[in-house]
Amino acid sequence: MKVRVKFFSIAKDLAGVDETVVEIPSGSSAETLLDQLIARNPRFVDWKPSLRLAVNQEYVRNGHLLRENDEVAVIPPVSGG
Amino acid sequence: MVKITDSSINIEKLLVQVTKPESGAVNVFIGTTRNHSHGRKVTGLEYEAYLPMALKTLEELQQEAKSRWGLHDVAIVHRVGKVQVGETCVFIAVSSAHRDEAYQASRFLIDKLKLVVPIWKREFFEDGTVEWSQQTHEQTTETRHNS
Repeated sequence: MKVRVKFFSIAKDLAGVDETVVEIPSGSSAETLLDQLIARNPRFVDWKPSLRLAVNQEYVRNGHLLRENDEVAVIPPVSGG
Repeated sequence: MVKITDSSINIEKLLVQVTKPESGAVNVFIGTTRNHSHGRKVTGLEYEAYLPMALKTLEELQQEAKSRWGLHDVAIVHRVGKVQVGETCVFIAVSSAHRDEAYQASRFLIDKLKLVVPIWKREFFEDGTVEWSQQTHEQTTETRHNS
């Protein structure tokens, strides 16, 4: 299945794009997707502990199961205010 | 109301909006952009937001504060894009019947905003370098303890 992945802040710099479509096995979790992103781009490794994922504009836990066409955002530590 | 804008924030207008006839207290928090960061001189800043989620998260925080402290009104406005040093980058105003609720809600909103709302700050330094503001894990933990 395909999911749309959006990158922000430092994650966008690391990815080199602000958005991409990723093919992952059906029933994959958020963490599976993150591991796949890291495998493709090792620059993400050091950041893994501080990255959070949001699915369809809602923070999710690592075990959250993804669905076809989900919008997944890779969210580094926020620094608003 | 919650808003994310690339224009300067009209504080007086927001204050008038938030102040209700039944209010006995209005608490305002204004965050301004500093000219220094970790001992280095900052010449300008830029904010990036994951807009739909940032608005949704701000809306949720507003609702939570309203129901928790029985507020009359809330205004939260955050800047995106380039912001000059000394400008208002975040504005929070809450109105309530009495001051305790207003103080507590205001503190809750800025603390939570800094923890969960997907907005990021990039600092432009005097030496020409540009860096995303890095909140360390320790700072995040500390903020959590305080909230």
